[in-house]
Amino acid sequence: MLKKKDWLIAAVLVLALVIIYAVVIALAPSGAEFVGTDATANELLDAEPWFEPLFSPGDLGGELESGLFALQAGLGGVLLGFALGRLGRRNAAVTTPAE
Amino acid sequence: MHIAEGMLPPLQCAAWFAVSAPFVIHGTMAVVRKSRENPENKLLLAAVGAFTLVLSALKLPSVTGSSSHPTGTGLGAVVFGPPVMALIGTIVLIFQAGLLAHGGLTTLGANVFSMGIVGPWVAYGVYRGLKAMGSPAWLQIALAMAFANLATYVVTSAQLAIAYPEGGFGAAFAKFASIFAITQIPLAIAEGILGVLVFGFLMRTARPGLVRLGVLKETAHA
Repeated sequence: MLKKKDWLIAAVLVLALVIIYAVVIALAPSGAEFVGTDATANELLDAEPWFEPLFSPGDLGGELESGLFALQAGLGGVLLGFALGRLGRRNAAVTTPAE
Repeated sequence: MHIAEGMLPPLQCAAWFAVSAPFVIHGTMAVVRKSRENPENKLLLAAVGAFTLVLSALKLPSVTGSSSHPTGTGLGAVVFGPPVMALIGTIVLIFQAGLLAHGGLTTLGANVFSMGIVGPWVAYGVYRGLKAMGSPAWLQIALAMAFANLATYVVTSAQLAIAYPEGGFGAAFAKFASIFAITQIPLAIAEGILGVLVFGFLMRTARPGLVRLGVLKETAHA
């Protein structure tokens, strides 16, 4: 299962992620608003959309939109944690009696 | 990256749906088969699907002062093979198109093609190639994840260039790709690191399952 060394490697990887983002934000031009690149690309298109979204949380205000994004991440997080937890316990149960 | 609702001409929307549909049907059959094969596969499928759901909800900043989101499709492509990701990608994209107005229902076929089909197949190709060369497992995962991400954006650029070929396909492609390229590089690296973290965890907690799927080789128990 997870050994001390594994936790150490994981900690280093997480630290690397934090450093990447710190560097990226520091290098970004000041006053950047971090607009999504998909939005930028769509603005470049010289066309009117022929079909509108059936439901757009942006129209109701940014608060709701961020809430729905959080819902997506939250659902994914719960499911990921549940699956990984079950996998861990299942394999612990398989390997322990053999020792 | 998702092409927004209504931004592709109807004919091209239909064409991308037609291209993607067989992959999604094939992927659905693969998911059913894998979960019947072994109950543990269901948990692993849930894990790789949830990983994609989380990652595509996260917008991450980049050096260019813009933001973009990772795709997370490389992990599942390595564990289960690329067909499965066509279905998982479609589910995530429907969620985002329906609830978040991110991407769109008319452009679903095109977005599934870039994120759910080409990304995972590129990841799988990179993974198999590196494996054949005998590179370490962490490098296989990291590069598979990173290239899945980059490939998704390359395809999106090409799709936009086909729809809006101002100054020719090549010039239009370069224009769209340049919006994504630099933004996407730190993201792809970050996604690679995250993939190594999650795969490392899976290797330690779900080893028998991964061995059965042929991802890992049986090792003598120490």
